This record gives sequence, C-alpha cells and structure tokens, in this order.
Amino acid sequence: MIGLLAPGLVAPVLVVAEEAHAAELSSGGLLASAAWLIPVVPLVAAWVIALFGKRFPLKGWDVAIAVMGFEAAYGTVLLLSHIANPIGYEGTVEIARIGSLPIEWGWTVDGLSIMMYSIVGVVGFLVFLYARGYMEGDIRYTWFFASFTLFAGGMLVLVSAPNLLQLIVGWELVGVSSWLLIGHYWEEHENSSAAIKAFLVNRVGDIGLFIGAIIVSVSVGSFRFSDVLDGVESGAPTLARYAFWGGVALFIGAMGKSAQFPLHVWLPDAMAGPTPVSALMHAATMVTAGVYLVGRVYPLYLTEGFADDVRSFIIVVGALTLFLTGLIALVQNDIKKVLAYSTLSQLGYMTAAMGAGAYTAGLFHLFTHAFFKALLFLGAGSVIHAVHSNNLSDMGGLRKDMPWTFRTFVVGSLALAGILPLAGFFSKDEILASLRFAGSEESGFTAAQGGAGLANVVLVLAIAGAFVTAFYMARTVFLTFYGQYKGHGHPHESPKVMWVPLAVLGFFSIVAGWINIPGITSTFTDVVGARFHLVADHHAESFDYLAMVLGLAAAVGGIALGYRIWFPDRATQAERDTFTIPGLYPLLSAKYHIDTFYMDGIIRPIRGPVAGAVNWVNGHVIDFVVNGAGLAAMGLGRGVYVLDQEGVDGAINAAGAVTGAGGGVLRRMQSGRIEQYATWLIGGTVALVAGFIIFS
Amino acid sequence: MTVTQFVLLGAALFSIGVYGVLTRRNAVLVLLSVELMLAAVNVNLVAFDRHLADQLAGGQVFALFTIAVSAAEVGIGLAIVLLIFRNRRSANVDELDLLKL
Repeated sequence: MIGLLAPGLVAPVLVVAEEAHAAELSSGGLLASAAWLIPVVPLVAAWVIALFGKRFPLKGWDVAIAVMGFEAAYGTVLLLSHIANPIGYEGTVEIARIGSLPIEWGWTVDGLSIMMYSIVGVVGFLVFLYARGYMEGDIRYTWFFASFTLFAGGMLVLVSAPNLLQLIVGWELVGVSSWLLIGHYWEEHENSSAAIKAFLVNRVGDIGLFIGAIIVSVSVGSFRFSDVLDGVESGAPTLARYAFWGGVALFIGAMGKSAQFPLHVWLPDAMAGPTPVSALMHAATMVTAGVYLVGRVYPLYLTEGFADDVRSFIIVVGALTLFLTGLIALVQNDIKKVLAYSTLSQLGYMTAAMGAGAYTAGLFHLFTHAFFKALLFLGAGSVIHAVHSNNLSDMGGLRKDMPWTFRTFVVGSLALAGILPLAGFFSKDEILASLRFAGSEESGFTAAQGGAGLANVVLVLAIAGAFVTAFYMARTVFLTFYGQYKGHGHPHESPKVMWVPLAVLGFFSIVAGWINIPGITSTFTDVVGARFHLVADHHAESFDYLAMVLGLAAAVGGIALGYRIWFPDRATQAERDTFTIPGLYPLLSAKYHIDTFYMDGIIRPIRGPVAGAVNWVNGHVIDFVVNGAGLAAMGLGRGVYVLDQEGVDGAINAAGAVTGAGGGVLRRMQSGRIEQYATWLIGGTVALVAGFIIFS
Repeated sequence: MTVTQFVLLGAALFSIGVYGVLTRRNAVLVLLSVELMLAAVNVNLVAFDRHLADQLAGGQVFALFTIAVSAAEVGIGLAIVLLIFRNRRSANVDELDLLKL
C-alpha cells in the first residue's frame, strides 16, 4: 500500500555553480514514514474544535495550540535531521484508479517540503499563541480556531502533496479557509465582500492551475510530480510539446494564490480578516503557495525545450509586482494595508527570482520573509489592539507605551528593508545577485527566455524596489511610534501572550538569514536542493559586492529619505502626517485604477448583461418551467383527487359495506340456541353428503 | 336377508334420532335421540361388515368401540344435564342460550 520510492540520484538539471548538493538521500526512517501525521492531525483537530471546542477548558484554543506545537516540533526535528542527513521520501496510498491512472494520497518528505513544514509549524505555533490574546472575547473564538486549524491542515496537505491532484485539494482547502477567515467579521458587508473577492480572484488563477494540471498530467500520463519531472529529465516528447502551455497555465495558478500583479487585488482587501490570519495566511504561508508550486515543478521551467520560455513571463510579472505594489504601500493610511502591499512586493521579489532561475534565492526569501512579515503583522495587530484603529493617523508616539512592540517592529522593519545583519538582507541580496548573474553572459538565461537585457532591467527595478521598501517601512515606523499620539484613550502594551511571540519572531528575523551566507554557509541551499530531482543553481562562492552595495545603499537611502520627510517634528506635526508624494499621489491612492478597471471594465459590463440575461431567463424560461410544473402538478393533483375520492374511497367503502352486511347476516346465525346449531350442523352434513353423492 | 334391509333400518333409526334431537325440548330426550343415531351407525357398521365378509371383522370391532364411547358420552351428558337442572330448575334445551356470547 505504501510505496517507498528508492532514493535516486539525478544529475543536476542546470549546473551553473560548484556548490555540491547532497550526494545521497536517506529514506528518513520512521520520521519520514510517519510524516503523514503532519497534514492529518490538524485536519482532524479542526473538526474536533468545530464540534466539541466549546467544551474544552480554553474553548478550543488548547487543542489548536497543541496541534501547532506538534507541527512545530515535528517540522523542527525533520529540518534538523534533514540538515544532518538529507531525506528524500515519498509515501503514497492509492485511493482510486481511473483506467490506468491511479488517484493517490501521499506525503513528500524532501528538502522543499521540510522547509515549508518547519515554517508552517514554527510561525503557525507563534501566531496561534499570539491569537489567544488578540482574539480574547471574540464572539466566534472557537470557530476562529477551528477555521485557522483547518487552514494549517490545508496548507500542509498542499506542501506534502506528491501529486498535482492532492496539491489542488490543499490549494482549495487553504482557499476556503481563507474565505472563512477573511469574512470572520461578516456582520459588516465590506468584510464579506472582501472574502468573496479573494475567493473569486483566486478562482481566476485556479482555472489556470486546473488547466495546467490537466495539460501536464495528461501529456505525462500521471499526476505525480516525480513522473512529470522524470519526463522532463528523459526529454519526453509529448510533455515537451505541451510543456509551454502547461507551464504558463500552472504559473497563472501561482499568480492567483501568490497575488501577482494583475491578480494582486484580493490581498489588500483580505486584510479585513483578523490580524493573526493576515500574519500567517496572507503573509507567511498561504500566499507563498504559488512560489512553492513553481519551486516544486522547477525543472520543468528550467530545462531547455520544456517550459523555459515561460520564465520571461514569470520574471516580468514578478518585476511589475515588486515595483508597482511597493509604491502603493507608500500612500496607504491603514497600517495593515501598508503591510499587505509590502507582502505583494516581496512576493514579487520571490517570483522574479524564480523567473531568473534562482530557485534557492526565491525560496530563501520566502523563508526569511515568513518570519519578519509575520512579525510585522503581529506587531501591527498589537498596535491595533492598543489603539482600536487601523489608521496610521490615529497612532503616533507609541514607542514609550509599547516598548516590546516597538522594538520587535523596528527589528522586523529593518529586516524587511534589508539592513546588513538581519534576515532580509541576505535573502534580498541573494535575489539581486541572482538577477545580476542572470544578466551576465555565463548564465543560462538565454535570449529565448528574455535575454540578459531583461534580467538587467529587472535588477534595476528590484534595487528601486528595495529603496521603496525601506522608504515605506520608515514612514510606517515614524508615523506609528514617533511624534504625538493622535488616537483616543491611553494605549497599553499588549499582554505577555502577545509580545513573547513577537520577541521570538524578532529573534528569527535577525538570525534566519545567517544560514545561507555566500562563501560562509550554504545550509539553506543544501536543504532545498536535496530532493529527488535535484535543482542545482547559483549560490555564489562569495558576495556579489556590487549588488550588495547597491541594495544596501538603496535601503539606507530609503530610510534616510523617510527620516527626512516623516521624522523631524518641524513646523507642525500635522504637516508631516499628511505629507503626500507629489505627482504620483493620485495614481497611487487610486491603486493604478486597477480595481476600478476590474469593476467598470470587466465586472460591470459582464455583470449587467449577465444579470439582464439571467433576469430574462428567470422571468421567461425558469418561470415558465416552474409555472408549467405547477400547473401540471395541479392537474395531476385533481386527477389523483378524483381517483382517490371515487376509486380508492369507493373500494374501501365497498369493502366496509360488504363486511358489515356479511356480519349482519352471520350475526343472526349465532343465536346461542342449541337446536338452531344442531340444525345447521345436520343441514351442513346433509349438504356435504349430497355433494359427495352428486359429484363423486 | 340382504344388506339393503339393514341399511334401510339404519336410515330409519338415524332419521328418528335427528328428528328427536331437533324437536325434543327435554335434554334427556335429546340425549336418547343421539343414542338412537349412534345405534343406527352401529347397525350400518355390522351390516357392512357381514356384507363385505371382512377377515378381521373390523366393522364389528368399530361397533364395539362406538358402544363404549357412547356409554361414556351418555354418562357425561347426563351429569351435565343434572347440573344444569340443579342450577336452573329446568332441563329444557330451548332455554339454554348461554352459548351465545
């Protein structure tokens, strides 16, 4: 039932660097073969919390935190044992079979999924811990943890999937829990609209995912990633013919979930959900599913003759996302929206890195970003919790009232901006270096994939994006924590259950980058590179000093400009609070009119005629059918009534009358008089004898 | 002596018995009429036995059984009649309609 794939060593698909990947993969023993527990435990727990959560002493939180503690511990142990001895394991259980095509449930334990297990487990555990304080007193407290645990289960189903079908199942599970949690405060119409918007925009991407899964699976004849990648490796001709369109369609799926440029509109609105949801789902894990998907099938995009041409599309989408959405973050007043646009921008970095062929760099940024963006969201939640408002214009001067939130938020901001020893610096630097490498002669980024020129343009945009990132984070920090408090009441530091997770995440935001320093350590490269289909890529022997200096200069410049504009209390505070970027402001605050365009250009023109057509169909066709059915039912009813009255009742009455009459006749026979009985007796005997004589 | 004469005698006795059962009101007389019918049956059994010359004389044996059974029946019947008379001061069968529920 459970098939253990023999660990196979595969020649690197693209050899551009000398970093040796794990030569030998171990099967991982019990640790890997029991890893099916990772997705199953939270899925079961979600039902337990939903059905019985209120009976537990802590209203279901206790179950949820126990589950996330299990996930964190399992993920960490797996990660450590993977670092010591790389694991490659795939367990599968066949559920059904369509012809020769098996439908399987399985769990992958390799570098890529172990990295995701540990992120979901560790960040998830901290966010759940925090959520106890944040959600205190919520009317749907238990339900919140049920949905949140369901999300964790769905995400782990997604990352443990060894085949495209299971990936789609996980993909939809996180989609539906995202819908549930964005609409958590559904009493306000705006929030439920945001939930529906997120769901529908994701659905646009999902269609791409479905089409891509169909194209790829049918041309290979299997849903398994390992079979698809085997096909890539052996140069399967059918797959090669359709790989381009399959790759495009799969990437469109990734664009929906990872909120890439034209489909990014759902993520800022998704901030309507509770802040822990934004931290875990809409920053650290769920939105990285698209990047994860691209990473999972990466050899398809990397191998010449397959979907390698799609990479120019990927890199352009990533570059547009990272630059354009970063600018919007500059003009947002809602602190969570600033972070949401910042998340979009960082997802753009990851996608651009994937497009440039930098598998490790993209995933490394995913890894570090999970820590510092979760930290920033939780910090923002802590501030919102204290001032009861999302707006930067209601904050200010909080650094003395909320020391822990302030410290950790600054750490997160510096990490996001990419200041030297913090996590974001190393991952962003790796992306910049990879882009520069892609733009150089020796890279495999050929003219067909967009060419070196495109990579250099993207590099410039990425450096500009780094500047913008630092700029808006400086703005957020100065407006939130410096100057005068502008809100109501007196803000207090959040309870310990909230700021301790912040401190832990702050620690990770500092150190997470140190596991992949060029020329010093390559732990992360080895971790995500150790899988059945090796993806060798560029991890430089030493720093790319030009990229590093440019990136760092952009970050410092952004902070300096932010300081210049928003920090000093010159003239009046009101002036700096309302400072808007000259020229660009109207376009940015309108979010490039994309939402308006979708509404007026796509939704309304379609919705109007569709609504009209539906109305017409409703009025004419459906009503006709309904009325016809009604009339037919009425006629039939009449017929049945008549039949009932005349036929059935008649038969029953007749039976009754016959029985009554028979009883009347027979009653007279039972007189109790012996002579009469004797007469009947003898008469009967005579009749019998007469019968015998006549008929014998 | 042919069997016909005995059968006619039996038929006459049976008919007298039936008439007696149906017409007499006194329970004792009804019982006597029943005995007449049984006697008719016995006559028939013995007559057919002789007529068919049965080796085992089965008809005569049946006749003896019938006599024994009828003796017992009369014993019980008279006892019932006596009890009815004691209870109701009458042995008229047309007054006994207790069989009607």
